[in-house]
Amino acid sequence: MSNPLQIRGEVLDVKRAGSYFVISLTAPGIPETTRPGHFLNIGIGGEESSMLLRRSFAIHQVQMRGMYGGTLDIVVGVNGSGSQWLSERRRHDPLSIVGPLGRPFVLPKEKVSCVLVGGGYGSAPLFMLAEQLRERGCRVDVVLGASTEEKLFGTLHIKRLATTLTITTDDGSSGTQGRVTDVLPEIMEKSDSAVVYACGPMGMLAAVAAVASEKRAHSQCSVEESMACGIGVCMTCVLPVIGDDGVTRMVRSCVEGPVFRGDRVRWSDIGTVPADTWGAPVEGGH
Amino acid sequence: MTRAVFSPAGQSAAESSPEVDMSTSLGSLELPAPVLTASGCAAAGRELDQFFDITELGGIVTKSVMLQPRSGRATPRMAETPSGMLNSIGLQGPGIDQFIEKDLAWLEQRGARTIVSIAGSNVDEYSKLAQKLRNVPGIAGIEVNISCPNVENRGLVFACHPDSASSVIQAVRRFSDPKMPILAKLSPDVTDIAEIAHSVVRAGATGISVMNTTLGMVINTDTMRPALAGVTGGLSGPAIRPIAVRCVWQIRKALPDIPILGMGGIRTGQDAFQFILAGASAVSVGTVVFNDPSAPIRIQHELAQQLADHGFSRLSDAVSYAHRSADVEILDVDEVEIEVE
Repeated sequence: MSNPLQIRGEVLDVKRAGSYFVISLTAPGIPETTRPGHFLNIGIGGEESSMLLRRSFAIHQVQMRGMYGGTLDIVVGVNGSGSQWLSERRRHDPLSIVGPLGRPFVLPKEKVSCVLVGGGYGSAPLFMLAEQLRERGCRVDVVLGASTEEKLFGTLHIKRLATTLTITTDDGSSGTQGRVTDVLPEIMEKSDSAVVYACGPMGMLAAVAAVASEKRAHSQCSVEESMACGIGVCMTCVLPVIGDDGVTRMVRSCVEGPVFRGDRVRWSDIGTVPADTWGAPVEGGH
Repeated sequence: MTRAVFSPAGQSAAESSPEVDMSTSLGSLELPAPVLTASGCAAAGRELDQFFDITELGGIVTKSVMLQPRSGRATPRMAETPSGMLNSIGLQGPGIDQFIEKDLAWLEQRGARTIVSIAGSNVDEYSKLAQKLRNVPGIAGIEVNISCPNVENRGLVFACHPDSASSVIQAVRRFSDPKMPILAKLSPDVTDIAEIAHSVVRAGATGISVMNTTLGMVINTDTMRPALAGVTGGLSGPAIRPIAVRCVWQIRKALPDIPILGMGGIRTGQDAFQFILAGASAVSVGTVVFNDPSAPIRIQHELAQQLADHGFSRLSDAVSYAHRSADVEILDVDEVEIEVE
């Protein structure tokens, strides 16, 4: 795998999409090595900023060539002062970018049937994934879910890439009222899917991984953990994951993830250090 | 020992203006360059080596390693604060054996100068860590972390009491190679940091690393609970820089001859220059790495530029320069007597 780059990019365009913003950037050198599921992080507020921590975003789309060389898109949901600052950028504003980061989705070698599940703007990395799966001849069924219609992302666009698209909203404002996991089992049965790819909130990922396991399908889940560095040095974005040797470790979601096998993450133990974790405190806490 | 000469940032060596001799020393620890990574902010160097050549730095100070593998604390482990962050990692790490076998071996093969940071729960653990490191190749020095705020018993930060600080340093000194440089890393969370510095120097520390994070806390106003699973955490970043500069200044005043590795919120070469002027012979760059992964090498180049701009041809001439007496003013740096050295 090639090294991530630290570059200065430039904003090309900021577009509103429902509750979100799609930001297009020049990012010389990054699109060439980006694979579906990779992310990047962006410095906030300029060089003197009091917001020291970079914000991480899944890479939504890439374009290798064009008027501006390599460009890419990210999807930003405004939920704090950092994402607010980003949403206020305008054409030609400079941005400090590091990427591509993390371990991407693993693609199947065979032409198997796949289901892609996105929660809210967690659908962002699934577009590139859908394209590449279709190129391999895989059947691609997509399920997008959100609390309400305006929190869905990219439904029209992904419809063109998907064999079928199913939408769920908690309030019934679009598609089926309910959760993605209410419709997932039936879709998996109909399409005889072998792999489920998912990106979205932790609760959704846990539920999707459980459905996949029940259906004896492989699952690949891209997690959203809060990160300070994104490059593997700060140890803040850890979660309990079972390794090939059967041992649970607190692993970094930035470099060992963000994509994990759904059956390896101890979803219900996130936010804790399970007692059988490698190096867990013997007595008391630490 | 090679003497690296750095040209100011953005210029190639060929077209550089006044070249600055950036070599420095922390006692017997000779360094070709004055910028190191700060413990806990660079893991064991491998990740940052993707962004710049880590062998160009003065050295890599590795994340504090303990005797046994350690899972660290639950999440959330981090909260952003104005110009800084709060962390409560809980010293997650592989334990000393795996550290020696994998991380240290990699650093040695890579050709980096490595300062190994060690942390223990009690004096005996520090002794055992020193024994484990004895006769292991590829170690330029040991930094003894006696000031981590994220320990089991938060009342027992060794660096907060002169006696416990000195008993740890004594133990590490006794079980280490007599020639091994030993830096004691101090906490700012004390009444009189000079008193702690005195006690660790008497116990055998050959230098002082100052400072570790300062204990802080953030309440999440959505959950209306502490933001960190560990409740309190260590505050780092530019927000704490003036505290760190003050600590370096006070220790330099109290102990004119002890080498100081200064750190705390360094973001630019100008920030690093403050630490040098206050009395540090070298500096570590920590939290700012999270903002800019290539910050250590950038800061090293910017520091060379700062020194050149202020008329210094050697970094060592600038060390403690802010302590000079009122009647000494800079005309020609080569002729200026440095008050402390």
